[in-house]
Amino acid sequence: MTLTAKWRQWLPHLGIAVVVAYCLAPFYWMLVSSLRSTGDIFSTSLFPSTVSFENYRSVFSPGQGFTRALLNSLIVAGITTAMSLLLATFTAYAMARLEFRFKRLILTLIIATSMFPVVSIVVPLLKLFTDIGWINTYQSMIVPSMSFTLPLAVWNLTTFFRQMPDELEHAAMVDGCTRGQAFRRVIVPLAAPGIFTTAIITFIAAWNEFLIALSMTNKPSMQTATVAISKFSGATTYQTPFGSQMAAGVVVTIPLVVMVLLFQRRIVAGLTAGAAK
Amino acid sequence: MADTAIPPDTAPHQPGTAAPRRPGRPPAPQRPRRRPRSRATAGTGRLAALLVSPTLLVLTIVVLYPTLMALDESLYGTKGLDPKTGFISATEPFVGLKNYTDIFTQAGDRFWNAFWNTTFFTVVTVSLETVIGVAMALIMHRAFRGRSLVRASILVPWAIPTAISGLLWKWIFNADGIANVLLGRQVLWTADGFSAKIAVVIADVWKTAPFIGLLVLAGLQVIPKEVYEAARLDGASALQQFWRITLPLVKPALLVAVLFRCLDALRMFDLPYILIGAQKGSVETLSMLAQNEASNVRFGPASAYAVLLFLYVFLIALAFVRLLGADLIGGVGGTKKRKSHAVRVPRRRVREVAA
Repeated sequence: MTLTAKWRQWLPHLGIAVVVAYCLAPFYWMLVSSLRSTGDIFSTSLFPSTVSFENYRSVFSPGQGFTRALLNSLIVAGITTAMSLLLATFTAYAMARLEFRFKRLILTLIIATSMFPVVSIVVPLLKLFTDIGWINTYQSMIVPSMSFTLPLAVWNLTTFFRQMPDELEHAAMVDGCTRGQAFRRVIVPLAAPGIFTTAIITFIAAWNEFLIALSMTNKPSMQTATVAISKFSGATTYQTPFGSQMAAGVVVTIPLVVMVLLFQRRIVAGLTAGAAK
Repeated sequence: MADTAIPPDTAPHQPGTAAPRRPGRPPAPQRPRRRPRSRATAGTGRLAALLVSPTLLVLTIVVLYPTLMALDESLYGTKGLDPKTGFISATEPFVGLKNYTDIFTQAGDRFWNAFWNTTFFTVVTVSLETVIGVAMALIMHRAFRGRSLVRASILVPWAIPTAISGLLWKWIFNADGIANVLLGRQVLWTADGFSAKIAVVIADVWKTAPFIGLLVLAGLQVIPKEVYEAARLDGASALQQFWRITLPLVKPALLVAVLFRCLDALRMFDLPYILIGAQKGSVETLSMLAQNEASNVRFGPASAYAVLLFLYVFLIALAFVRLLGADLIGGVGGTKKRKSHAVRVPRRRVREVAA
């Protein structure tokens, strides 16, 4: 009709475009930079003049030790996630389904732990692990990581279990299952999507961890990917190897971005479960 | 699963097959928590203890024990020359509260610098993130098409490891980087100085504003449409609708998001450490200071700083809970009763507005 009506129609689309650009532009810049050749790296064109995989080759060259770092990240984040999920499933079930004393207090305490400044536990653990010779071991990174992954997993799973109707396990118990059997045969299979989502969120948190991995390792062969990339050295002392850092950054991030794209609906549900209710 | 599939008509005729093996249990526990309270709670209490204790045990080992260790450690000085004997001492001397009182002397300058940096980053980033995040949420709430595209892109900054986003922004803020090209001037962002603070703020806001947007969007989506219709009938302008309806109703979700972000910002480490570097005065946070002291084997002062940061975080969290009490706990600890209460509020508002 009028100009304002037209504006009203287009404004949301414009807004969406701005939001998407805001979120993706820096990531796009990392992607483009990683595909430039060394001579081209300071170019500021929006597309690389020639697509070059030079940076990726240099990242995976044997001298860099990046493959090992990726493996370390996978081991640390994987074991942390598995252990957190195992414990959290039991706890979250109790939190969602059973009535017992101090329940609210315990749940509040568990959630409060995830807000804890990680450095407050890293400092004393660093001293302890130095004394018992745990520096440069996987367990020295896995154990402290549990301090934030376990509360996260308990919190997420509790909201998932709460969303499942009580009747399911009551029916199973009427049919002669014990509570444990009902849990194992009915609840766990039905909660699988929730457990899976929690696993993704927990894994991403553990994979992104930096402070613990930085403090607990000094041997390059034990560093996780995030630490290894930050310590990449260039050809000369004063030159930061931005090309290979961007390429390595893309390698570390792509699996997470793919997961996010595939399971965005579930991840959003998991992340917002607490805040919306 | 197989035994749950008994046809419904056979079950009443043969109650024996479906009867629980333990006679002590009520046969049809439709509401096992409410009715036979004493017996049921005794049983579930034991089960709950069994299920919850492994988690509590692990958290005791990885959180409570280190915290107590830090408290103890913060009372000791660093190894060094013993002034009395002139030998290098093999153990750390007990110094009492000296590590804490030192922050009020010359030695405390670095602590206070880190303290104010931490506070500055928290206040500035969380305020900016809240404003941008709410704006994003409002935009996304209006959009009908392309919603999954937005949702996916909003998760990208969240999924990128902070360490990597530190490198990414270091590259953008490089002297010859894209930021300076776009601005058309030479700012030395990643050198020590006020511009370094700005660089950290921009990078942090980029990473987490979308996350606040996501949480607020979730809050927006539970507001019933009728409230807005009623307000529109009463002639409320868009701005009035935002201040009088949207903001109050989305407040619980927003507060939880802001609290989480505050506590997260107070422990900021990766971003300034990678983007600007270790021991850079302009961006050194309390986490960076404590980590740096610890990695230089000065465990006593490092523990004291860590304890002070912990207290700071604790006080902020407590202030939030005290100020905003029920709203917050409804969001954090939400039992079923609380949930229904949270839903009831908008409905009552509907009636108020509609009346």
